[in-house]
Amino acid sequence: MTTGYAPPSMYRSREGMGVWEHRGKVAAVGVGHSPTERRWDENPETSVGAWSIMALRNAMADAGVTPNQVDGLVIVPVTTTGAFWPEDKALPQDVIEAFVQTDDPLDGIAKLSVDWLLKNMPELTGINYSLYAPVCMSNALNVAAQVVGDGLAHTVLVLKAWHNLQGRYYQGGQNAQDAIGGTSAMRSLWGAPACYGTALQFAEYCHKYGKNHDMMTPFIINSRRNGLMFPEGYWAQHRPEELTDEDYQLARWIAKPANLFDNDIPIMCAASYLFTTAERAKDMKQKPVYILNHVDSNAVPRGLTPTLDEVEAECALTGRKIYEGAGITAADLSFENMYDGFTQFHQFHIEGLGYRGIGFGDALDFYQTDISIEGPNPVSPSGGNIGSGRSRFWMHTDSIQQLQGRAGGRQITGVDAEIGVSGGPMPLGGNYTVWSATPD
Amino acid sequence: MKQGVIADQFTAPFWSAANESKLVIQNCSKCDRLQHPPAQECGQCKGGDNLEWKEMSGKGRIYNYGVVHDCPIRLLQDDQPFNVAVIMLDDDPGIQMYSHLPGTPVDEVPVGAEVEVVFEETTNGQKVPEWKVVI
Repeated sequence: MTTGYAPPSMYRSREGMGVWEHRGKVAAVGVGHSPTERRWDENPETSVGAWSIMALRNAMADAGVTPNQVDGLVIVPVTTTGAFWPEDKALPQDVIEAFVQTDDPLDGIAKLSVDWLLKNMPELTGINYSLYAPVCMSNALNVAAQVVGDGLAHTVLVLKAWHNLQGRYYQGGQNAQDAIGGTSAMRSLWGAPACYGTALQFAEYCHKYGKNHDMMTPFIINSRRNGLMFPEGYWAQHRPEELTDEDYQLARWIAKPANLFDNDIPIMCAASYLFTTAERAKDMKQKPVYILNHVDSNAVPRGLTPTLDEVEAECALTGRKIYEGAGITAADLSFENMYDGFTQFHQFHIEGLGYRGIGFGDALDFYQTDISIEGPNPVSPSGGNIGSGRSRFWMHTDSIQQLQGRAGGRQITGVDAEIGVSGGPMPLGGNYTVWSATPD
Repeated sequence: MKQGVIADQFTAPFWSAANESKLVIQNCSKCDRLQHPPAQECGQCKGGDNLEWKEMSGKGRIYNYGVVHDCPIRLLQDDQPFNVAVIMLDDDPGIQMYSHLPGTPVDEVPVGAEVEVVFEETTNGQKVPEWKVVI
């Protein structure tokens, strides 16, 4: 089967498109996760391929669907956290030989193809439609929703997996060389780490609105708390440590004003969701969660890094598109699970949504109020990447589970879980899904 | 010290000009619009036939900055912490360039201050644009 990337026509990128034509007609039913690990131990059973298979099988079992009933697959083929297999390192033959291989020996180890999955999951006999989505689960969800809505497949597994190899991320490759190419040098010569651009926007935000870094503390504490109640997450599984105000406020800077805890920890993990039609979902094992809309943000900044004005304009546009296509208003949101890895994205996202009536410049004051899962204004009940490590999918799992009433210790109690929104990553460049407990 | 730069065909005019202590930025003559980093096509009209290189005044202002404490580039790690500022060019404030702001103490960056371009040699002798606060 030849698999290509989803065409631009599958995304809802513009304002003015009206209510999504498949609103309430596509549902998420099953959720499947692998375990998490900080870095790969180079064993076959913990490879990104093995964990992808595990997540897919768990999603099918969760939905009560047999493998032969699945007819579609939407996956993200890029699995790196920023770690690439070193050119001078021998290929892991024992891992390669443990699976049925494609013509790329790193398939299933440092990348993932549909072909590799189908070779190693012979039980998936009914797949006749597949697509790739770039980068994130958020993107793959948009594609899968449209695939089911358009009738291209009726029962679709969506997958995102991450590999993380030994060594500190982004410290190898060209960053370790004495000289680099002219195109890369335009941006990278000055040594700014990944969080730098967001830190700049946050600095401008604080200056404009009279806020400061310490005001992020309640959000960080809340996110870790919620993450520790996410049994599938990294911190819950490996380092169940709550954070204190001092932990956050005294942490070392990475790129001031972003410190260690403003950055998400890169990990290995995989997750899968089972999407189907609202009609078929009625007969499955779990309560259907209906998709009201999906939205794409594809804005490009004029300069090297987005300005605060550009960020706020795009977040506001994204909020308008989310509500327009879902046929709802901000007042209809029970909770939000917008992206947080880096933490300093989150206030832009929820201000753009106008979550609980906040506007630009209000989020850090909002964080000083009750933002817990027990309160009336839950913020990031998943705990996000900060609460469970860099997967960019905890927010989606949590949104589905909140609306199914099976979020366990994270279940929001201060408000009924009826409609939620999740998505990211960047304010300029993200994908969002609106979820609902009912199709109407 | 900064990594050296190996000019490629696409960016060679920028780096050649830097070696002559000149700052040039890609411009679409059809749209009369500067863009940086350079691209194969104009970000506005999407055409590639009208791209040229235009010399800048070498003056700008500090838009914003961060202080890097955990740098991924090996050759810069001994210099941590250091400033990385965003400069907006007077010729077009939409055009940004990064700078270590040589001569400005760490985390004492005068946001909004006027700066002017200087050219700094890297490990392989290639010069790169840097910016100094105008006193």
